[in-house]
Amino acid sequence: MLTILHEKKKMQLVIGFFTGIIFGFLLHKGGVTRYDIIVGQLLLMDFTVIKVMLSAVVTGMIGIYFLKSIGAVASHLKPGSFGSTVVGGLIFGVGFGVLGYCPGTLAGALGQGSLNALFGGLIGVLIGTGLFATFYPKLDKRILNKGDFGEITWPQLLKVNPWVLIISLSLWIVALFWWIEKSGL
Amino acid sequence: MDWLYMERWSPYVVGIGIGILNCIAFLLSDKYIGCSTAYSRTSGMIEKLFRGDKVKEKPYYKKFPPVVEWEWMLVLGIIGGAFISAKLSGQFQLMWVPPLWATVFGESALRRFVGALIGGILMGLGARWAGGCTSGHGISGTMQLAISSWLAACCFFIGGIATAMLIFKVIA
Repeated sequence: MLTILHEKKKMQLVIGFFTGIIFGFLLHKGGVTRYDIIVGQLLLMDFTVIKVMLSAVVTGMIGIYFLKSIGAVASHLKPGSFGSTVVGGLIFGVGFGVLGYCPGTLAGALGQGSLNALFGGLIGVLIGTGLFATFYPKLDKRILNKGDFGEITWPQLLKVNPWVLIISLSLWIVALFWWIEKSGL
Repeated sequence: MDWLYMERWSPYVVGIGIGILNCIAFLLSDKYIGCSTAYSRTSGMIEKLFRGDKVKEKPYYKKFPPVVEWEWMLVLGIIGGAFISAKLSGQFQLMWVPPLWATVFGESALRRFVGALIGGILMGLGARWAGGCTSGHGISGTMQLAISSWLAACCFFIGGIATAMLIFKVIA
């Protein structure tokens, strides 16, 4: 791993910023910084969001597992539990459906001049994350750890070689793309 | 260089680009693309302006201190990157109400403000509750085959699809 580079704090801020510039550029070119495209996906009328996300997943899955196998990168898995992942995920989903942007595309929408992303969206997200920080001790005690399953991956759960899953999942996703294109979505 | 000025790229090209970009982030920074903690940190910074250093005592901000770090710079960069792309393709436009929203709720900027505010509050709350958003869980976590992230991504879309259908098919 490039540990020396990872420890250069100021350099890392610069890398983070330029990663963001490219990410924002790609999100906009993909059309997914637009409310109409995102909500079109949620209404199952326009499959741009799924195409972008799943092709990123296929590419990244192959890349990350390869880089991990040669010891160039470390995993960054998020722990999960039903109380946090499912409950939080559903609350997020409702907000996502009303706002029509997710946190990343909200920043992209700000850049393209969508004022509703600033007056409304951004203010709301800052209030929402602030509320979570305030109620975190109570939520942590009562809900967040219910049904905890930790930092487990599919290959670990199914006890198979990760590449078996990567290859089969990639083929399924490509087949899904083929079906989406054939259906004209 | 015409491709830089194009209005849209193939979503597959964009997705492959994001996948490669995320691998580079793992490699160069030991980080992954994710966005929602940056908002949480910003919220803490704003609260600090009013309440001072007491804010740092909140258990959540001990875990995620309200400071500028890699992911915060990433989100700042996204604003810039989308701005550059929009300017190059001549699509930068100040817009209050998205056209699809207007088909149900009309052209009122105030109504869209209230809707976006409520949506934003729920989304910010849910993102931190679930420990990630459509980028951190939906792309970076799923590509590592993390079960938490696949489950989260499914819930994001179940909640999102149900809400959008309710708004556009039932209410409208």
